[in-house]
Amino acid sequence: MTDLTRFTIAQARDHLRKKDFTALELTDAHITAMEKHRHLNAFITETADLARERAKASDFRIKNSDAKPLEGIPLGIKDLFCTQGVQTTAGSHILKGFTPNYESTVSQKLRDAGSVMLGKLNLDEFAMGSSNMTSHFGNVVNPWKARGHSDDLAPGGSSGGSAAAVSAHLAMGATGTDTGGSIRQPAAFCGIVGVKPTYGRCSRWGVVAFASSLDQAGPMTRTVRDAAIMLNVMTGYDPKDSTSAAMAMPDVEAVLGKGVKGMKIGLPKQYRPDGLDAEVGTLWDKGAQWLKEAGAEVIEIDLPHTKYALPTYYIVAPAEASSNLARYDGVRYGLRVAGNSLDEMYAKTRAAGFGPEVKRRILIGTYVLSAGYYDAYYLKAQKVRALIAQDFVQAFAKVDAILTPTAPTAAFGLNDKVVDPVAMYLNDVFTVPASLAGIPGSSIPAGLTAHGLPLGLQVLTKRWDEETLFRVCQVLEDSAKFPGLIGES
Amino acid sequence: MAYIIKGETGDWEVVIGLEVHAQVISASKLFSGASTTFGSDPNSNVAFVDAAMPGMLPVINAVAVEQAVRTGLGLKAKINHRSVFARKNYFYADLPQGYQISQFDQPIVGEGILVLDMPDGSSRAVGIERLHLEQDAGKSIHDIHPTKSFIDLNRAGVTLMEIVSKPDMRSPDEAGAYLKKLRSIMRYLGTCDGNMEEGSMRCDANVSVRPVGSTELRTRCEIKNVNSMRFVMQAIEFEAKRHVDVYENGGKIDQETRQYDSAKGETRTMRSKEFAHDYRYFPDPDLLPLVFDDAYVASIKATLPELPDDKKERFISQYCLTPYDAGVLVGEKENADFYEKVAAQSGDWKLANSWVSNNLFAVLNARNLSIAESPISADDLSKLITLIKNDTISNRLAKDVFEIMLETGKAPDVIVEERGMKQITDTGALDKAIDDILAANADKVAQVSAGKEALIGWFVGQVMKATQGKANPALCQELLKKKLAQ
Repeated sequence: MTDLTRFTIAQARDHLRKKDFTALELTDAHITAMEKHRHLNAFITETADLARERAKASDFRIKNSDAKPLEGIPLGIKDLFCTQGVQTTAGSHILKGFTPNYESTVSQKLRDAGSVMLGKLNLDEFAMGSSNMTSHFGNVVNPWKARGHSDDLAPGGSSGGSAAAVSAHLAMGATGTDTGGSIRQPAAFCGIVGVKPTYGRCSRWGVVAFASSLDQAGPMTRTVRDAAIMLNVMTGYDPKDSTSAAMAMPDVEAVLGKGVKGMKIGLPKQYRPDGLDAEVGTLWDKGAQWLKEAGAEVIEIDLPHTKYALPTYYIVAPAEASSNLARYDGVRYGLRVAGNSLDEMYAKTRAAGFGPEVKRRILIGTYVLSAGYYDAYYLKAQKVRALIAQDFVQAFAKVDAILTPTAPTAAFGLNDKVVDPVAMYLNDVFTVPASLAGIPGSSIPAGLTAHGLPLGLQVLTKRWDEETLFRVCQVLEDSAKFPGLIGES
Repeated sequence: MAYIIKGETGDWEVVIGLEVHAQVISASKLFSGASTTFGSDPNSNVAFVDAAMPGMLPVINAVAVEQAVRTGLGLKAKINHRSVFARKNYFYADLPQGYQISQFDQPIVGEGILVLDMPDGSSRAVGIERLHLEQDAGKSIHDIHPTKSFIDLNRAGVTLMEIVSKPDMRSPDEAGAYLKKLRSIMRYLGTCDGNMEEGSMRCDANVSVRPVGSTELRTRCEIKNVNSMRFVMQAIEFEAKRHVDVYENGGKIDQETRQYDSAKGETRTMRSKEFAHDYRYFPDPDLLPLVFDDAYVASIKATLPELPDDKKERFISQYCLTPYDAGVLVGEKENADFYEKVAAQSGDWKLANSWVSNNLFAVLNARNLSIAESPISADDLSKLITLIKNDTISNRLAKDVFEIMLETGKAPDVIVEERGMKQITDTGALDKAIDDILAANADKVAQVSAGKEALIGWFVGQVMKATQGKANPALCQELLKKKLAQ
């Protein structure tokens, strides 16, 4: 990495204001890194020229003492956010070449805050996946390697391009979206911080929908403070999204350093199944110990419906997806494969446009909503979802935050697991319950496996309590002293 | 009179339920800010969400909700304070989202009542099952290109109210009266213009038959998208007879969707049950449940106008009109308003009714004009009645004046003045005319004297003729009697 790409967002913000270097210099350094690391396949679309233009505009504002909160900070945008005039693909062949005439609320907010978009980041197709291997534009390579091995590893998913780009210092931060763990799991795999705020904090307007009742945008950064800086900008009520929350976002950067003294932290016993990876279990214990040392009380808690979370998720999310993806029909935009009738055009377009994982989920979703099965699957899943949310309500009556591992393992090899979708789904077993409950969650890089691969710890708090979330994350970050990616430069 | 289908095995009755899609009057669409103006250039009233662009989200239009509640109140229906939007999933080229946002098991309006005004003056109540809000689809145009279809999304996302009746109607006439009354109420409320030709009101009819005296509900067929009241009635008549024929020939009716061919006057299969869509309804996760309180409903209720049923009752009691006459007048609010103005200004509700309902409406119907386009204003018609009442003109002359008013658009008093059409009520002026006629018809005078009293009428006619109709007939008769008795 070059000198300028080593900084955190918070550090760069100060340097830019002190005019130690210009936004253009900072952006150029990242463009160079982006171009040098194309083998990671983190970006689907690079927007270097646009980035330079915006960086120059930032320098102008800095010169006029008109700097905004993220002025001149080079960021990557997950290619699920619609960006005006810049191709938006959702990682799918069916949207290849689609260029929106509008900007998503979240990316607009980041733009208005002065940030510089470097490009659009790779992801699992329509955010469906935990490996970034379902992208039509090819898999992303995790910048981390197991010690002594050269095998390429999965960056996790679906925000794999975001995690890889931030981890490898190609971008100072990135947007992600999280439906069942798509921010937290890749953050853990790539050794960075990922935050999924409370459902309703970030507007979904202009974000290509996967599962509307679960999708939530959030920041992916190298430090907790950087995540706070980004999240402060990304959140807020949006009248264009009926599910966005009409409540003020607390300043989460301001709470950093307040510590966890006197807090109660819960460790859910259901998250320690037989056969839990020993290194994951050990790191979890270590995390609990750090919080204790910082003055928190740690207790075991019960989340009795945890085991139903994954099956529930794999009914609710595909059901919504099957309907959300019906609009990709070849009629108005994106791919069209001609046919002799309307039905034939639909069939050919969707056969050619969607990859196998997306097709699988559309089929599952169509099935669980169909006449005669709705009550047994979708309706039952909604009831179980309510019970899972209730588990958390009861837990948060006793504790301020919950600590768990983020994922059951460290990053796996790009050639592993592909054959068995259910094994892949198990990656989300620790992240999915919080998604179903709509509560905020984050992953903090907390340690390395014996092979030198990052592991993350997940922090969960009750709805709208991002302040507590960030206080706990900060303590874990301080205690873990996670080295970050030093191998690749 | 009951509508009975005489079959070979006995008498049958028809059971009808109607589903009406009424386009809500509002400036913008149900979930977008795009305009609802009819007749715009294709695809010019389309927001990103209407075209289902990726990442676009629906936001409910408050006016549409208010209009639905208003209509519900007009149907004396239960207003549900919590309702849920659901997605109805199916693929079609003019349905951009691949689903229609509708309401399924929790509609905004529940059960209500609609009172039919039958041609014989009687009334009949029909139950309303529900009213829900939903989006319209776009329009597919198949006749521009030999192999391709064109899509116009101007209509996509426009607000519809689907109003579902209970299977309470028993004749095509009742179905017609239902549509007429529903349209009347919505027009009073200002919630739908009820224009079936422009498609702002469309009707699906569910039809089944059963032997008279039976209470069973047999398999029904749904006749889709009939676009005029007359066609609805014709389609029901055809369909009911078809069912009777099938049953009497030992067959059975399959539940299916049919369409009406107005040129051939018959219904035919559109989609049988095996090909029925599985719509996979589920609550739309992009929208929160629609929730409002009593105060909201009360605030809308406070702005409701007097509705046709109440107005009819008032006309019957206030103006002593027959139920039939009152029913005719209140059908359109503008007609009722016109009548009330004429009745008030002329001070004669009876003459007002006869001039408005008989004379004026006949002209408007013949010329296919609405009351707003009437060539005679309420003020002028009131003046005409006043001229009759104060004996300025006779009823006979009044008809001539009315015709001249239609032609020239002039006020009746001006016409009477210009053309010297004032009734002769001056005895002196009539004396001479009568004397001349008596002198010229001595033979007839003799007959009267001999007891042929009926000839007095003939003399009145002669006087009228001689005065170009201006003689006051009553005065004329009185003078004639006096002179003949001498």
